[in-house]
Amino acid sequence: MDLRFLAAAPSTVEQAAIDAALTGDGRDQLLPALHAANDAVGWISEGALNHICRRLDVPPAEAYGVATFYSLFSMEERPRKVVHVCVDLACKVNGAEALVDAQSEFVVRSPCLGVCERAPAALAVEAGVGSEYLMPEIPLPQRGDPGLRLLRRVGVVDPRSLDDYRAAGGYSALRNALALGPQGVIREVTDAKLMGRGGAAFPTGRKWAATAGQPERPHYLVCNADESEPGTFKDRVLMEGDPFAVVESMTVAAYATGCTRGYLYIRGEYPKAFSLLSNAIEVARERGFLGRDIMGQAGFEFDIEIRRGAGAYICGEETAIFNSIEGFRGEPRSKPPFPVEKGLFGWPTVVNNVETLANVLLILTEGCQAFQRIGTSQSTGSKLFCVSGTIGHPGVYEVPFGATLRELLDLAGGVPDLRAVLLGGAAGGFLRPDEIDLPLTMEDARSAGTTLGSGVVLVLDGTVDVGGFLLRIAEFFRDESCGQCVPCRIGTVRQEEALHRIVRRTGDSQDLVLLRDIGRVMRDSSICGLGQTAWNAIESAIDRLGVRL
Amino acid sequence: MTIVDIGLPRRLIEFTVDGEQITVPEGATILSACKDIPTLCYGDTLEPANACRVCMVEVEGSRTLVPSCSRKVEPGMVVRTDTERTRHSRRMVLELLGSATDLSTTPRVSEWMAEVGADPSRFGPDAATVSQPALVDNPLYVRDYSKCILCYKCVDACGDQWQNSFAIAVAGRGFDAHISTEFSAPLPDSACVYCGNCIEVCPTGALSFRREFDKRADGTWDESAQTATTTVCTFCGVGCNLTLHVQDNEIVKVTSPHDSTVTHGNLCIKGRFGWQHVQNT
Repeated sequence: MDLRFLAAAPSTVEQAAIDAALTGDGRDQLLPALHAANDAVGWISEGALNHICRRLDVPPAEAYGVATFYSLFSMEERPRKVVHVCVDLACKVNGAEALVDAQSEFVVRSPCLGVCERAPAALAVEAGVGSEYLMPEIPLPQRGDPGLRLLRRVGVVDPRSLDDYRAAGGYSALRNALALGPQGVIREVTDAKLMGRGGAAFPTGRKWAATAGQPERPHYLVCNADESEPGTFKDRVLMEGDPFAVVESMTVAAYATGCTRGYLYIRGEYPKAFSLLSNAIEVARERGFLGRDIMGQAGFEFDIEIRRGAGAYICGEETAIFNSIEGFRGEPRSKPPFPVEKGLFGWPTVVNNVETLANVLLILTEGCQAFQRIGTSQSTGSKLFCVSGTIGHPGVYEVPFGATLRELLDLAGGVPDLRAVLLGGAAGGFLRPDEIDLPLTMEDARSAGTTLGSGVVLVLDGTVDVGGFLLRIAEFFRDESCGQCVPCRIGTVRQEEALHRIVRRTGDSQDLVLLRDIGRVMRDSSICGLGQTAWNAIESAIDRLGVRL
Repeated sequence: MTIVDIGLPRRLIEFTVDGEQITVPEGATILSACKDIPTLCYGDTLEPANACRVCMVEVEGSRTLVPSCSRKVEPGMVVRTDTERTRHSRRMVLELLGSATDLSTTPRVSEWMAEVGADPSRFGPDAATVSQPALVDNPLYVRDYSKCILCYKCVDACGDQWQNSFAIAVAGRGFDAHISTEFSAPLPDSACVYCGNCIEVCPTGALSFRREFDKRADGTWDESAQTATTTVCTFCGVGCNLTLHVQDNEIVKVTSPHDSTVTHGNLCIKGRFGWQHVQNT
């Protein structure tokens, strides 16, 4: 293209960092290049952006549009060390504001950092150095419990060692998959009735069969590790504790659906998981578990590229993730066409959540019959729940589908003065204390008019200011709307404004009418799930919790 | 000899709109089959952007409403364009737009608002808006982003759908999303080539000729006193059609017919802006 570039030049540090990060010259290198510049000096200067544009042949206006989409990138110079303090739901009820006040470094108020079990959470990021959590590690609450399935290796097996992973049963699922053949794998997954664990609960086997059946090549696999729903941290725990399982399960999915290339899209706020997964991919490649003729299977070729998000909840949406990987703004696409027909780079693509893929390994080692014996007839297997908020032992808990919410809360220490539970995250809904005998299954949640979503169980006791909590939910959606469609871009702002008047008692009875009208148009006419669910939790607080607003 | 590509013959498919059986060629969108659905972001020379959500209709079996501008008709599809649900959606979308954006120069929008009873003032006097000073940084055209509904049409016309200049893009996110050059550089420092094809597709008047902007400011802009004359550009041999809008014997703006097979409404800087010499008497 005959593009017009800027006159600004990069510093030698910026130029070296960008050049070292590029593994090609395509538009899809844009996000990694922006990360490289921001990581090296703490912000993206005109010179750095210009250098990236020249290297990748991207128009500067478009690169600027992409860079300004992500909240982890700064377009202005700022201190080399910044502390991202989470002020989102679980941290808000655990003293986030006091943590903000206690910082001596430059503070960025952050949406959910995904470490809710250690709330209030803070992540220090230093240019040229790296990132680290400022809270101490805490062990997995159920660590070593013989009943664990998905979490059985977490905290027990060295996450850096492929040998330890194999000694603990690793790569037996892929071996079985290779023996079954792609069709056989899809049959097992379909018969196991596995449903997606990212929030939408779509049958995994159907998704795989639809992708596998597309005649065009290539097919792509995307592992969605961008969990950003406030209160969700299960995928981080899996990735930090069992990273080789992510690599193995992606390899199985690729084998079943005919993909030769997979992208692991991990949110930018997960430095430890990123480092452990990068190591796992590298080691797997060295040892013949990625690349050509995997595990000696002639002709089976697959490799994984890891991509970091840069602070955008919306990029966890299954089509926004494609735009983000391709180097465009992370805006959702209009469906149809669906990803199984036209996904990443326009090719058939299968997108699966980390926890969903972890279940595939169980199905292939124990068989679909044994897998189905756990859980209920419609919700098979076990489920990870992210318990946080005002509760004694927050953390990720694994229970079979069908366990009640009460049993889960008791596992985590119980709540003497329970006010409400936010189930499913900011896009989910509230339950009252008299509803906690709800069996945790997809079908029971649905018939109770709620959702398990991504497995968020955010506990609120009597100390919590519910109005302030709801305002934070509204603020979250306002901040995270991509801005593409009118109902969500303006609706989330109007929702927050009306809720603010109601909570602060400065409005009138019309504000509740406004909220319902705004909620309805967001649900009916937004492009994607973000806008469609942005009113769920607030609606349930009013109608179900009976919060007097 | 000119070769006209008439394409492959297209299969006809039947579907139902508001109870009436309609037959359209395969590949047609719902909007193209029912021409009276209001829309702002749809452009007849551009790919659908799906952004404004004014044209939403009900399709049986769909959980949400669907954008008629981009959804292709399928055999047997049952579409309803005028129900309580579609009217609620359209009313809210227009109210939201009207509460945040200056729609005073958007053609037909007040008529649509009246039809569904939209009242943007009910969000209160403190509702956030995109109000900002107009950008007047060059002699040819003005960018008044207080009037921008973020329909993406100017970006698409400037980018790979037509001009390939890539001078502007959407920057920022959410309510802060806006049309911008790199680092908000003034147009003369940007990749803009002043083809004015962005003005041609702008549905709200956020982008306008400097002459129109000045005349509106001093109260002398009067569309009822204007004539529109389509002629052929004299600058080169391509033969683009120009429509000259004349008020008081002065050319005040230039558009180009979208159905022109030569340029589909697109011009270059000379055809769009190079007409002062006509008036140098």
